Amino acid sequence: MRGKPLAAIVSAGLSKFGRRDGFSGRELFAEAALEAFERCPNLDPKKDIGALIIGNMSESFEHQCHSAPIMSDWAGLLPKPAVRVEVACASSGAAIRYGIFAILSGLYDTVMVGGFEKMTHRTTFEATEYLAMASDFPLEQWNGATFPGLFALMATAHMHEYGTTEEQMALVAVKNHHNGALNPKAHLQREVTVEQVLGSRVIAKPLKLFDCSLISDGASCAILTRPEIARKYTDTPVYIIGSGHGTDAIGLYERDSLTSLESIRRAAKEAYEMAALGPEDIDVAEVHDCFTIAEIIAYEDLGFCKPGEGGKFIESGAPTLDGDLPVNTSGGLKAKGHPVGATGVAQLYEIYLQLTGQADRRQVDGCEVGLTQNLGGSGATCIVHIYRRG
Amino acid sequence: MGETYPFTIEQFYRFVGEGKLMGAKCGRCGGIFVPPRPLCPKCQSRDLGWVQLKNRGKLLTYTVIHVAPEEFQQMTPYALGIIELEDGVRLPGIIRGVKHEDLRVGMTLEVDFDTANIPSKWPQWPRYFFRPTQII
Repeated sequence: MRGKPLAAIVSAGLSKFGRRDGFSGRELFAEAALEAFERCPNLDPKKDIGALIIGNMSESFEHQCHSAPIMSDWAGLLPKPAVRVEVACASSGAAIRYGIFAILSGLYDTVMVGGFEKMTHRTTFEATEYLAMASDFPLEQWNGATFPGLFALMATAHMHEYGTTEEQMALVAVKNHHNGALNPKAHLQREVTVEQVLGSRVIAKPLKLFDCSLISDGASCAILTRPEIARKYTDTPVYIIGSGHGTDAIGLYERDSLTSLESIRRAAKEAYEMAALGPEDIDVAEVHDCFTIAEIIAYEDLGFCKPGEGGKFIESGAPTLDGDLPVNTSGGLKAKGHPVGATGVAQLYEIYLQLTGQADRRQVDGCEVGLTQNLGGSGATCIVHIYRRG
Repeated sequence: MGETYPFTIEQFYRFVGEGKLMGAKCGRCGGIFVPPRPLCPKCQSRDLGWVQLKNRGKLLTYTVIHVAPEEFQQMTPYALGIIELEDGVRLPGIIRGVKHEDLRVGMTLEVDFDTANIPSKWPQWPRYFFRPTQII
């Protein structure tokens, strides 16, 4: 399987991310699905798509579980089988992986994968509580841990162990807001300065408001096929050539390291080996910047730089749009937004645009190989995929 | 001790209510884990026994939380840390009795079983906290 395509992406769609008052999750999913169908006129959705696999984190937001048949219905795909997978914020990253499995099983030639979350109608208290449900209840939630709190614990440890600074974390936000300002689908399309980030109010020390990703509404989808039939549908397929999945203890306190996430390292190793590539081969990447420190840790655990040097890596400018390895050209979770269940496939969507030359003002010239890294919770789950231009 | 006590989270908190932090110790690999579970997460052994954990440890990392779920909002800002007890077991917990600007990685803390009025619809577990070492 090394280096061979696992599946082909023949189309993808993304709703506008942001505060989408008056729209529910299913309507946002239909918006994403319609874009994917319009991009791929040779595909007859009802006839060609065999199954739907969607990621969605929490039924608490819309008081609605059993959402897979609803998404199938709203995308016009009934009565095709539909299932929801859930691994917190990595839910739709997992949907990609299980979509690949569905194709590799031989049962389906073509599947749709996607994700959604509708969040902004809830108060900050409610959203904080629902998101915290992806951490360990008996010891973490019971002791008042929040998601910013858990990543703040990693940030404090990283600062103590490696001398990483709040200014370096702020540079991640500045970069991702710069990219988000170029993305018409981003939740926040405006630049921020280091001073604004450092001066924003504290959420969980040392993380401030502008170190945190956004609570957003949004949906994403992609159509995957057997590589052999991809050209029936498009002249510009993108191949998924590596897939990795790492799992670790739910509690941050149970893990050996507080500055590195074993789940990222395991997922990356599996995906790199499958693709027969290494970090030096990646031209463009979307990583899980739920907090600025998470992007710094991702640089290190994906092998973009050495352990402890993530702060220096952002300072060097390497992950900026004009750098050697542009990271989060979409604006990332930080500026594009983080409707949690939609995020994994939204990362795929950006890489799909980049590798097919459709990323407009964010286009990275000549990119051939892309990577997505989607984290669940405080790192008990990580999904990594590697893509190659067709 | 403890062969009649189930290796459950409920039982862990019953011990907390008695003023004790208790963990499960694996008879095969010697690992101690909290919360307890029916088999050793390192070696899958079911040869387990309860052990009382040390009451003192070092602060590995901390944060001060300003935005919290509703039941904790009345306490904000509050300090949360991960402590490594002297027997190597790590636990998260709220740190009380210290000025937030005085928190330092590596400082010594001890377990505190004082009650606190944090509302909860479910469950009704007793709580433990951490505090600076009391000098008597």
